Amino acid sequence: MNFLWFWLVAIMITGYVVLDGFDLGVGILHLFLARDEQERQTTVRSIGPVWDGNEVWLLAAGGTLYFAFPWLYASAFSGFYLPLMIVLWLLMLRGISLELRNHLDLGVWRSLLDGLFGLSSFLLTIFYGAALANVVRGVPLDANGYFFLPLWTNWQPGVHPGILDWYTVIGGLVACVSLTLHGALWLTIKTSGDLEARARRIVRPLWIVLVLLTIVSLFTTMHVRPTSLANYYKYPVTFLIPVGVLAALAGIWILNRAGKPLRAFLCSGSYLALMLVGACWGLFPTLLPASTGASRDITLNGAISGPYALQVGLIWWGLGMALAIGYFTLVYWMFRGKVRTDQLGH
Amino acid sequence: MNQEVMHRIQFAFTITYHYLFPQLTMGLALLIVILKTVALRTGDQYWDQAARFWGRVFGINFVFGVVTGIPMEFEFGTNWAQFSRVSGGVIGQPLAMEGVFSFFLESAFLGLFLYGEKRLSKVMHWFSALLVFLGSWLSGFFIIVTDAWMQHPVAYTLTQQGHYEVTSFTGLLLNPWALLQYMHNMCGAVITGAFVMTATGAFYLLEKRFEHYARIYVKVGVIVGLLASIAIIFPTGDLHGKYLARNQPATMAAMEGQFKTESGAGIVLMGQPNEDTGLIDNPIVVNDVLSFLIYGTTKAEVKGLDQFPRDQWPTTLPLLFYAYHIMAGLGTYFVLVMAIAAFLLWRKKLYRATWILWALLLSFPLPYIANTAGWMTAEIGRQPWLIYGLLRTQQGFSPTVSASNALFTLLGFMGLYSLLSILFIVLIYREINTGPAHAPTAAAEALAS
Repeated sequence: MNFLWFWLVAIMITGYVVLDGFDLGVGILHLFLARDEQERQTTVRSIGPVWDGNEVWLLAAGGTLYFAFPWLYASAFSGFYLPLMIVLWLLMLRGISLELRNHLDLGVWRSLLDGLFGLSSFLLTIFYGAALANVVRGVPLDANGYFFLPLWTNWQPGVHPGILDWYTVIGGLVACVSLTLHGALWLTIKTSGDLEARARRIVRPLWIVLVLLTIVSLFTTMHVRPTSLANYYKYPVTFLIPVGVLAALAGIWILNRAGKPLRAFLCSGSYLALMLVGACWGLFPTLLPASTGASRDITLNGAISGPYALQVGLIWWGLGMALAIGYFTLVYWMFRGKVRTDQLGH
Repeated sequence: MNQEVMHRIQFAFTITYHYLFPQLTMGLALLIVILKTVALRTGDQYWDQAARFWGRVFGINFVFGVVTGIPMEFEFGTNWAQFSRVSGGVIGQPLAMEGVFSFFLESAFLGLFLYGEKRLSKVMHWFSALLVFLGSWLSGFFIIVTDAWMQHPVAYTLTQQGHYEVTSFTGLLLNPWALLQYMHNMCGAVITGAFVMTATGAFYLLEKRFEHYARIYVKVGVIVGLLASIAIIFPTGDLHGKYLARNQPATMAAMEGQFKTESGAGIVLMGQPNEDTGLIDNPIVVNDVLSFLIYGTTKAEVKGLDQFPRDQWPTTLPLLFYAYHIMAGLGTYFVLVMAIAAFLLWRKKLYRATWILWALLLSFPLPYIANTAGWMTAEIGRQPWLIYGLLRTQQGFSPTVSASNALFTLLGFMGLYSLLSILFIVLIYREINTGPAHAPTAAAEALAS
């Protein structure tokens, strides 16, 4: 049961990253790719019907984390207090700017909200990547299982690091570039004409940067956390995960060149999912490693709720997920195909 | 600076601001279903158009509600880590259910309701309005279940590690406190919706614009508003009060300003509680009423604060007293103003009675104040407990988040929310000024004729 819930939460977080990932990427890209109001409308409309549904995965994952692993939730959320508050503000600004851009017919208003939307999307991806890197690197848990991190100290991932150090910044860049690439592939599926061509062209430089960053992040992770490969050596078959990461990267390049954007998009989704699964597997069964000594690690069995709660949870969670998947299939089906420019301007 | 106080103020501020939006959307959701039902049964296009207008207002409020709701889920962990650690095994359950069920339901069908009208049949469009209503009320239910467990913990056990774990899922969801509080609370939400709808109708009538729609709004608003205003006092408020007196007697005593235990206790209509002397200054008291309200006989004994050690008294006693009296006083006013309006409606004089239209127009902020005061009564009344009888508030906040960090982020929220308020007012003003369409579209009129 404990094992199951670990992976259920991991799957929900992965689902959030893969789904909200492309609309974050579109948020970053629309500042550079869309040249006029009509193209802006097209980019916004390509994610308009789905973005808030995607973001619900964050809330659902947060709630599930809270109920399944209260200890982890309490320690991590209070310890990452400052970055989480910044993430909150960014999420709020992003939601407002996206939903309200078409409510007032003013050029300045739209430019302001478009800028806000792009900036908040960009900063969110950096913070998400840095957050994951913080979890992999470990945090200075005290004897009571709490910690508090400043935003940055001396940029070194030592015993008392900051949220941002050279390692977590690499994590932030990996997230930013990979999600931007994910968003670019989404745009090549959903748009047409010049916009599609520009989106397709930007895939290549992003891909090259991402390959370099992926390799750098794999090696620096082994340097910062030498034990991260222990599980892999124990079960060598799991080396298929990093192999899958590389295969997905290759797939993005090949399929994008071959003009198969949907498949390339699925490859970049697989890349994101496998990177996350690989990181989780490297940690398992630790949930949050302590930089202050392994005895203070927050582990799966120490942090999980009681068996009754988990059993009941499994029932309603399964029901809820079935409904959610049905709903998502419906929405994505209803808005399938390219954004039709003849329907612009309401 | 006091760490506990800063965390409390931050949570109070963010949740008070957040609840300005859901109380309207939950109330409007019901009213929209009513408008849509009449439109469906009579085929009257005006009612459909009237519902469409409120759908747009709902949409704007929904966005602000969702956006300001995200911090609430975070703050359990960021600001109240010790509380989350010991109680996540219980209240994590309803909170996660809200995330998993209600949001998907609401956002899915709100999208269909707002943008899918052309693609859906009339019955399906009505059905999506109904599901938006169910989704938003379900969302409210899960939140009330969470709060009710903190007010009146049930269906839990204490583990060896000192954590609370749920023992009965149905026991948790059917907590009697939750059911009472939910009914009372939803009446409050409907009152907000009804007063806002009535005020908008009164505004249009006074302005002599969109008068056909204005009459629909005033009529529906006054009827629903009167029913909900009565129901919030009797039976829901009455039942909730009786349950409160039995399960949180110290809270009840502080709310009523009952310092001394007495039989035949009177009810304090006005006055200022004085914690030092243990008296109400400048009181206006009606004898025996409190005993009767709680126990059904005029001579029953009501426990006063003197029965409880000082450290069990609600920490901000005067604030609790005033919040409760504002809530109760406004509740009485709601019945009064809506009853007069309903009487004039029945005598077919309401639409021309300028004085009452003015009163209805100016009353629209009052339900917001009453609901906020009611929420404060519940939450301040629970003090000094975070989980009543189990966990003190001073044991619940995040130990590693300092008072100055909490203050810093509180200021951030204040800045951000000021900005949101301006945006909200501009957008709502624009919506109301544009109004429901001047007349049904040509196609709709062709259908109607």
